[in-house]
Amino acid sequence: MSEALKVEDLSVHYDTREGALQALRDVSITVPEGGIVGVVGESGCGKSTLINALLQLLPENATIPAGRITLQGEDVTRAGTRRLRQMRGQEISVVFQDPMTSLNPVLSIGRQMRDIQYRQQGSRAAKDSRSAAMLGRVGIPDPVGKLAAYPHELSGGMRQRVAIAMAALMRPRVLIADEPTTALDATLEVQIIELLKELQQEIGCAILFISHHLGVIAELCDRVVVMYAGVAVEEGPVADVFLRPGHPYTIKLIECDPGKLKEKVTDLPSIPGSLPDLTDPPAGCIFRPRCDRATEICATPPPRKGLNGAHWAACHHAKVDKA
Amino acid sequence: MTALLSLRDVVVEFPALRGLKALLAPPEKRRVRALDGISLDVLAGETLAVVGESGSGKTTLARAINGLVPLAGGQVSFDGMALDESPDWHAVRRRVAMMFQDPVGSLSPRKTVRDLVLEPFAIHGIRLQNRRDKAVELLADAGLGPDFLHRYPHQLSGGQARRVGVARALALTPALVLADEPTAGLDVSVQGEILNLMNRIKAEHGLTTLIITHNLNILRHIADRIAVMYLGRIVEIGPVERLLSDPAHPYTRALMAANPEPDPTARRERIVLKGETPALNARPPGCEFHPRCPVARPDCASRAPVLEPATTGGRVACHYPLTKETLSA
Repeated sequence: MSEALKVEDLSVHYDTREGALQALRDVSITVPEGGIVGVVGESGCGKSTLINALLQLLPENATIPAGRITLQGEDVTRAGTRRLRQMRGQEISVVFQDPMTSLNPVLSIGRQMRDIQYRQQGSRAAKDSRSAAMLGRVGIPDPVGKLAAYPHELSGGMRQRVAIAMAALMRPRVLIADEPTTALDATLEVQIIELLKELQQEIGCAILFISHHLGVIAELCDRVVVMYAGVAVEEGPVADVFLRPGHPYTIKLIECDPGKLKEKVTDLPSIPGSLPDLTDPPAGCIFRPRCDRATEICATPPPRKGLNGAHWAACHHAKVDKA
Repeated sequence: MTALLSLRDVVVEFPALRGLKALLAPPEKRRVRALDGISLDVLAGETLAVVGESGSGKTTLARAINGLVPLAGGQVSFDGMALDESPDWHAVRRRVAMMFQDPVGSLSPRKTVRDLVLEPFAIHGIRLQNRRDKAVELLADAGLGPDFLHRYPHQLSGGQARRVGVARALALTPALVLADEPTAGLDVSVQGEILNLMNRIKAEHGLTTLIITHNLNILRHIADRIAVMYLGRIVEIGPVERLLSDPAHPYTRALMAANPEPDPTARRERIVLKGETPALNARPPGCEFHPRCPVARPDCASRAPVLEPATTGGRVACHYPLTKETLSA
């Protein structure tokens, strides 16, 4: 299988008054054609920086000291402005977390969807009918009528469907979903996950699904990358990572999810301590200050230990899977 | 056990139209009912969790109890005292503390943590012998060290800001705490700490708490009873274990089943509800859940159910409540 999107040893630094903030360090992620890869991590793990780097929308104080991002074999970090404009929306598109802020409040849905097709040949009517067909596909009732509607006239769930329709409109090769269900209610969350699965089948695009919600990742993705403080600490097939996690951070993160505990407990697990200062990250393993298994060897950079097939963890103490 | 807080047929309305439109519209269209006849008791020492989706009226409920929105009908009584005829809110709020939704946003950005935790004393005109010691003591109770005293809200993480919110709520040793989404916006690894803190403080101070949440995962660990809201009404209320294991209302069941689990091997039998919650100004006739209900029968569209004791315990507003047999079928 070829790769739709490949991130190789990517580092992103931000220049700040305190020095270079190392938001991403040597992150590698591969999304195969038609695959769904999840990225899971908490606040400050570098999820947003990763998305901005993929789209080349990093702020001015960001630098990429090392690494490559290739979209279907083409290096995005070297692409010119013109080429990037072609890529965004056509070959790679994003569904953002909050559909109220990602849609333009003063333009009608139809106008915004026509704008996405600005590079396309065809009459206005043809573009509108294409938009309406896509709106209908994502489950919006009365799609033709909704073209004249403004975002505020739709409910939260409908707005997110519109955002997904826009992202899928040009049949991109890679769809980035940035916490698309976080702003939604539980019953809608399930509907949106089902919709993304169906669209992925139809369009055959690859999805990079970014979330802090372990349950959603477990449900939707084939592979998952666990990130902590700008570093990918573990990666593997969803079932392996969730059932036999190798990195202490992943183990803790899964333990912490209260949905995992079926009996009432008075003392809920948590991870003590806080994120390290990324302008001066600790030497060796990034999780060392909060890890209860840390020993002296952890002051040296941890190797990527293969656990079982494609499942690895960046930890000195990770045990190779016997199963 | 006696009820510390009781609500009877509480109605809260908001204006739906303004200006000339409102004058020309028929009276029933001028206002929407955000809460429509809520009756519930919060017993002394218990934790009641109110769950529901956006727009179900959870937050309005907390605000109505605290007098932040006026009641259009019904009554609220706290510790035997009716709160409807312009009560002395100053005195009431000394005993009913509120934790607002946004941990950082609910703190004044121009005050230090020290001033923030001492603010309740200033508002209620309480003189303190030693202000610094009190602030340190309150922060320590919420798990923060004295080094936080001189920080500003923007220098706090979400979890730390939430702890300051807890310290503020507890400053005047209230009897009842209304916590609006205490875990919203917090990472999973921090969530546990905050809930442990709330559980510990509740036990130490003998607090009664009403927790508003849409986080279904935490219910089992914090609540004694759950009330499920839909479109400004309670559709089911009962003990937490019972609602989680044998929900009687189809909406409760769909809500509990809609929660994705972090286990790739978990069985995914769930009711995926059709459509979305209707708007408050377009309430369906009969049972308001019937257009989305997977087990609705024809008469559900015409007869409105009322909260009645369920066979599985608790009370449910459904003509055809689910039983253990229908659940397994």
